[in-house]
Amino acid sequence: MSSASSKRYRYLFVTVLGWLAAALLFFPIFWMVLTSFKTEVEAIALPPKLFFQPTFENYITIQERADYFSFAMNSIVISVGSTLLALILAIPAAYAMAFFPTKRTKGTLLWMLSTKMLPPVGVLVPIYLLFRDSNLLDTRIGLTIIYTLINLPIVVWMIYTFFKDVPKDILEAGRMDGASPKQEVFHVLMPLSLPGIASTALLAIILSWNEAFWSLNLTTTNAAPLTTFIASFSSPQGLFWAQLSAASTLAIAPILIFGWLSQRQLVRGLTFGAVK
Amino acid sequence: MRQFRFAKMIAAFLMGILLVQIHACSPSSQDSEGASGSQANENTTLTIATVNNSDMVVMQDLSKQFEEENPNISLKWVVLEENVLRQRVTNDIANRGGQFDVLTIGTYETPIWAEQSWLLPFENLPAEYDVEDILPPVRDALSYEDKLYALPFYAESSMLYYRKDLFDAAGITVPDQPTYEQVREWAAAVHDPDNGVYGICLRGKPGWGENTALFTTMVNTFGGKWFDTEWQPTLDSPEWREALTYYVDILNQYGPPGVSSNGFNENLALFSTGNCGMWIDATVAAGKLADPDESQVADTVAFARAPVASYPNGSNWLWAWSLAVPASTRSPEAAQTFIQWATSKPYVQLVAQERGWVAAPPGTRRSTYEQPEYKEAAPFADIVLTSIESADPSKPTADPVPYKGVQFVAIPEFQALGTQVGQTLAAALTGQVSVDQALQQAQANAVETMKRAGYIS
Repeated sequence: MSSASSKRYRYLFVTVLGWLAAALLFFPIFWMVLTSFKTEVEAIALPPKLFFQPTFENYITIQERADYFSFAMNSIVISVGSTLLALILAIPAAYAMAFFPTKRTKGTLLWMLSTKMLPPVGVLVPIYLLFRDSNLLDTRIGLTIIYTLINLPIVVWMIYTFFKDVPKDILEAGRMDGASPKQEVFHVLMPLSLPGIASTALLAIILSWNEAFWSLNLTTTNAAPLTTFIASFSSPQGLFWAQLSAASTLAIAPILIFGWLSQRQLVRGLTFGAVK
Repeated sequence: MRQFRFAKMIAAFLMGILLVQIHACSPSSQDSEGASGSQANENTTLTIATVNNSDMVVMQDLSKQFEEENPNISLKWVVLEENVLRQRVTNDIANRGGQFDVLTIGTYETPIWAEQSWLLPFENLPAEYDVEDILPPVRDALSYEDKLYALPFYAESSMLYYRKDLFDAAGITVPDQPTYEQVREWAAAVHDPDNGVYGICLRGKPGWGENTALFTTMVNTFGGKWFDTEWQPTLDSPEWREALTYYVDILNQYGPPGVSSNGFNENLALFSTGNCGMWIDATVAAGKLADPDESQVADTVAFARAPVASYPNGSNWLWAWSLAVPASTRSPEAAQTFIQWATSKPYVQLVAQERGWVAAPPGTRRSTYEQPEYKEAAPFADIVLTSIESADPSKPTADPVPYKGVQFVAIPEFQALGTQVGQTLAAALTGQVSVDQALQQAQANAVETMKRAGYIS
């Protein structure tokens, strides 16, 4: 076998494997969307039905039962707001750690990450009491703060890694030309690592969008995001899978579309700095 | 260049969101519910925590009428999954968060939470509310130290559903009060897996409110109990062994495949699509099974009381989805006004008028069962009434026990223990462990839980 054809086979194998992995990952979403167009009885039919008469009934019922747009608005405001806040805090922190490391920088980074290792329920009561006393329960600001804190370690870590890939010499050249630290960050560092920052922002938005523990525990009606919207459609006594699937489809639709639109930036950001 | 365009796009987007955020957080755009709650007679907003059961959905729809009748009270609904709701409101009450004014809870939580002073009692209910009309077992189950701490929205017991067409074909006549031995014979007679009909469907999904609930009623009627009068667990007793052997055998021989993942909803779907010959479960399923829109067996489903073994009490459970006012509410009067409306006789009439008698909340008021229209629309009404009236949470077992509750033990520790034991029952069902191993493990878990909680040493 010539080396060219063996390469082609390998390429074909990798492609098939890639498609298989993608299909496997996408299948639950596909099945959810499909179920959302079934009736409740069809949704749990055994064997599962692939061909059926689609119905919009579930979407109509959901619209009648709950104000989707108010939940969606809360999700958008909270996830984007918290991402913005996290970036504002993380960029200077990552800048300092990447370019002016001290003896304790590594330790600090690890310590930041260790906060992610604590199960959230462990701090539920103190956070709840703090929120109650600060009148932050069921407010968008409250959730924004919580999500910022949750995502901050990951955001700092990611941006730190991207900043580390920027050659120091470029910053030094800027400094020689008289750039202040602020100018250095805004005019040299950020444009250079923009794909990285963008993909970090997207990841933070997605993480906030999907977070369910705190949103269920800290909100009731005013600030409830889409995760609580989904939770309201499961039922202890009655069939609910089709309605739940429709609610979930509606809940993930905005972030899915947003993800698709920014796919190119996301991929570029994630592979940014991989090849030097 | 593309990177810069993207940067600008993102920046503009983020700025836009920031502006929305600032606007949303400004005092003028914030709702003023928080402050309004304290002003009892001015505009009050009640936050009602509930579950997504069809009767609650009807209540949510019809509550517009309550808001019209009480223009100073507006309602906000938080609909959550049952376990999330329980955890969410427990956290809120224990920490005095004051996020909820009306809670949907069951007969398990009511006495426990009342003892903790988490709920406000219903005292001085007006004469027209006619509290005596509420069925006594339901009233008792929602009382603590002779005070009502929740009002029932709908109540249920358990009963036997069977397919009359299959039973007629097999020449079986079902008495009003069948026995578990008969159920085994019938299951064998109607079991026809080649045609997609399984002899019996029962709950197998682990959970204190799922398989443990059903299995506890079986243990009761087989003569067993969870604890003796000294709170010593008795899960390795011969009665438990007999009940578990029966449960595992009948489901393995005549049950549907994958039975250990079937809960109420799954069995409801199986029975309503004609896959089960029999099903023992909540009476609330009757309305769904008899409704041709929801069920393919609406014209062939028949009803009988839950089967018994050696002891008649405790073979059918009692549960009431009820409405209660948490002690942390800022609007106790308005909350009680709403609950009285939603559990009143006129509300039952309103549902009947708007949705038909078959949709009327069952199991709570004797007056509902005196309506000829209801009896006509709900052919199962008499069995439901007899089942609820015969359920006795204060004497659920053959031997005396220190606890209340038919399908549960009304102590705070039961939720975790019941689920743990439910997992062991499911393991026995799937053959991962033998019946004896399962009982030993369940007993060990129960002993450990009770020791840790200080009931026994």
